[in-house]
Amino acid sequence: MVLKGKVHKFSDDINTDDIIAAKYLVSTDAQELGKHCMETIKPDFSQAVSPGDIIVAGNNFGCGSSREHAPLAIKGCGVSAVIAKSFAAIFFRNAINIGLPFLESEDVDKINNGDIIEIDLATGVINNITQNKQFKTQAFPEFLQQIVECGGLINYIKRQSAK
Amino acid sequence: MAYTIAEKILLKHSGQKSIKPGEFIEAKVDVALANDITAPLAISEFKKSGFRKVFNKNKIVLVPDHFAPAKDLKSANQCKILADFAREQGIKNYFEIGCMGIEHALLPEKGIVMPGDLIVGADSHTCTYGALGAYATGMGSTDLARAYIDGKCWLKVPASIKFVYKGKLNKWVGGKDLILYTIGQIGVDGALYKVMEFCGPVIRKLGMDDRFSMCNMAIEAGARAGLIEPDEKTKQYVAGFKRKPKFYYSDADAHYEKTYEWDVTNLEPQVACPHLPSNVKPASSLKDIKIDQSVIGSCTNGRISDLRIAAALLKGKKVARGVKLIVFPATQKIYLQAVKEGLAEVFVRAGGVFSTPTCGPCLGGHMGILADGEVAIATTNRNFLGRMGSPKSFVYLSNPAVAAASAITGKITHPARI
Repeated sequence: MVLKGKVHKFSDDINTDDIIAAKYLVSTDAQELGKHCMETIKPDFSQAVSPGDIIVAGNNFGCGSSREHAPLAIKGCGVSAVIAKSFAAIFFRNAINIGLPFLESEDVDKINNGDIIEIDLATGVINNITQNKQFKTQAFPEFLQQIVECGGLINYIKRQSAK
Repeated sequence: MAYTIAEKILLKHSGQKSIKPGEFIEAKVDVALANDITAPLAISEFKKSGFRKVFNKNKIVLVPDHFAPAKDLKSANQCKILADFAREQGIKNYFEIGCMGIEHALLPEKGIVMPGDLIVGADSHTCTYGALGAYATGMGSTDLARAYIDGKCWLKVPASIKFVYKGKLNKWVGGKDLILYTIGQIGVDGALYKVMEFCGPVIRKLGMDDRFSMCNMAIEAGARAGLIEPDEKTKQYVAGFKRKPKFYYSDADAHYEKTYEWDVTNLEPQVACPHLPSNVKPASSLKDIKIDQSVIGSCTNGRISDLRIAAALLKGKKVARGVKLIVFPATQKIYLQAVKEGLAEVFVRAGGVFSTPTCGPCLGGHMGILADGEVAIATTNRNFLGRMGSPKSFVYLSNPAVAAASAITGKITHPARI
C-alpha cells in the first residue's frame, strides 16, 4: 500500500491526552473523535488536515493511556499514516489492531512540516517528494503484516478460526 | 535456559518450550479487564465479529469506574453497555457502583488477580498487578475483543530491566517517591517496550500498597509491565482467596538488558512537575508554588495506607483558605475502612471533600476539573498538559503526605514542615 499526503509535524512524547482528551471519550465514533484530535496542543488541527495527510513525530508517540480512541481519532480526522522515531507500546498495538498504518523511522528530522511525502508500507520506503529525497525504514515483522493485511486483529482471528 | 519472572509467566501461558525477548507469542490470559471507556468499544468489536459467547465468562471483568457514577447522559449510556453485556453473558465480575472501586485497587482486593497470572486490561495502569508477581499489561479495546473471543492475546516478549533499591527510606518517603525518582532518572520512554523488575532490600520492606503504587506507574516510563517477585508479604496478601496463586521467581543468571542500582537512603519526597511524570524534583526544592487543589486518591494512591498518611497530617488542621481538597478512596471497602477509622471525619473536618470511589478527577473526567490557570498537587499518575481539565492548568504529582501537607499550607510543602 502506498500513501501520499502533506506532513504535520509533532515533537517527542505526544501523549494520548494530547491526541484525544478524556472529555471526548464518551463516544467511540471515529469521525466524532476526529473533530477533536490534537485539540489540546493544536486547536485547529482537525480543520488543517486534508484526507490522506501524514503525521510525523519524534520519540514515544502515543504514550500514556490505553485508549484506542487515540488511533481512531487520528484515522477519523483523515490522517492516513503516522511516522515516528518510536511509538509507545500500547499505541503501537492499538494502531495495528485497528489498521492505522505507521512506520518507525530515525529520519523524521529530515522531514519538514508541510512537505509532501509518499510512503510504501510493504517496503518501508519514505519518499519526500518536496525535497526529492528517499529514506528506507524497517518493514513490519511478518506476524504484524498478516494482521494489517487482514484489515485488523478481529478479521485476522476470524481467518485463523476458519482454518 | 535462565529466565526472569516475567519471561517465566509468559512462557507458561504461551505453551511453548522456550521463549526469548523480541519473539512474538500467542498467550492464554487468566483475566481480561475493561472499564466504561474501553469496554464499549471492545463489546462492539466483539459483537461485530459474529461470535456470540465469550470464551469464559469467569475470566472477564467489567468495572465502570472512569465516568462512574455516571457524570452525564453519554457516560450513563456507556456504563449501561457494560451492565447489559454482563447480564447477557452471565459475567459475575461486573461491579456496579455501591460494590465497585477503581479497577486496579479493586481486583487485587477481591482476589480476582493472582500471582503468576497473565492479566490483560484495556487500561494502561493494568501494570499495577505486577506488584503481586503477575504479568499484567495494558492493551486496547480490540485486544480485549479478541480475548473475549478465544481467551488469547498476541505479545512481543519484552526484555527486562532490573532496578535495585538499597539503603533505608526516610520518613515520608514511600513507593510513590521511588517510582517518581526512577521515572525522573530514566525518562518517560526509559523502559519503552521493556519489563521493569523492582528489587532490593528497600522493596522487600515495602508494604503491598506501596508496591502497587510503584508498579502502577511502570507505564509512565513506557514499560509493558512492572514486576516485584513475591515474598512473605505477597503470600500473606493473597492467603484466603479462592483462587490459588502461582509463585514465580527470576533465575539468578537470568538476562537483564540493563541494571540500575540506587542507594535511596537520602531520598526525600519527590514531586513530578508539569507536564511530564519524568520532570521530577525533590519536594523541598519547590518554593512558593501555590496550589488551588489537592487531590488524594486514584489507582496509584487511593489505598487505606495512603489515606492514613494523609489523615495523620490533616488531623486537627484546616485546609488553607481557597484550596480545594478532594479525597477519593479507591474502593468501597477502603471507603468503609476510612469511615470506621475516623479518617473520613478528619478529611471533612479539615474542610475537604470525601468522595465515592471514581477515576474522575485523575483524568479530568469529573469530580474536580481544573479551571484555566489553576494548579493542583495530586497523588495520581499523569500530569500531561490538560490532563485534569483546562489545557492552561498545571498538575504536580506527589505522594499522599506531600499532597496533604500542601493542602494545609496552600503551597507545595515537604510534610516534615507540618
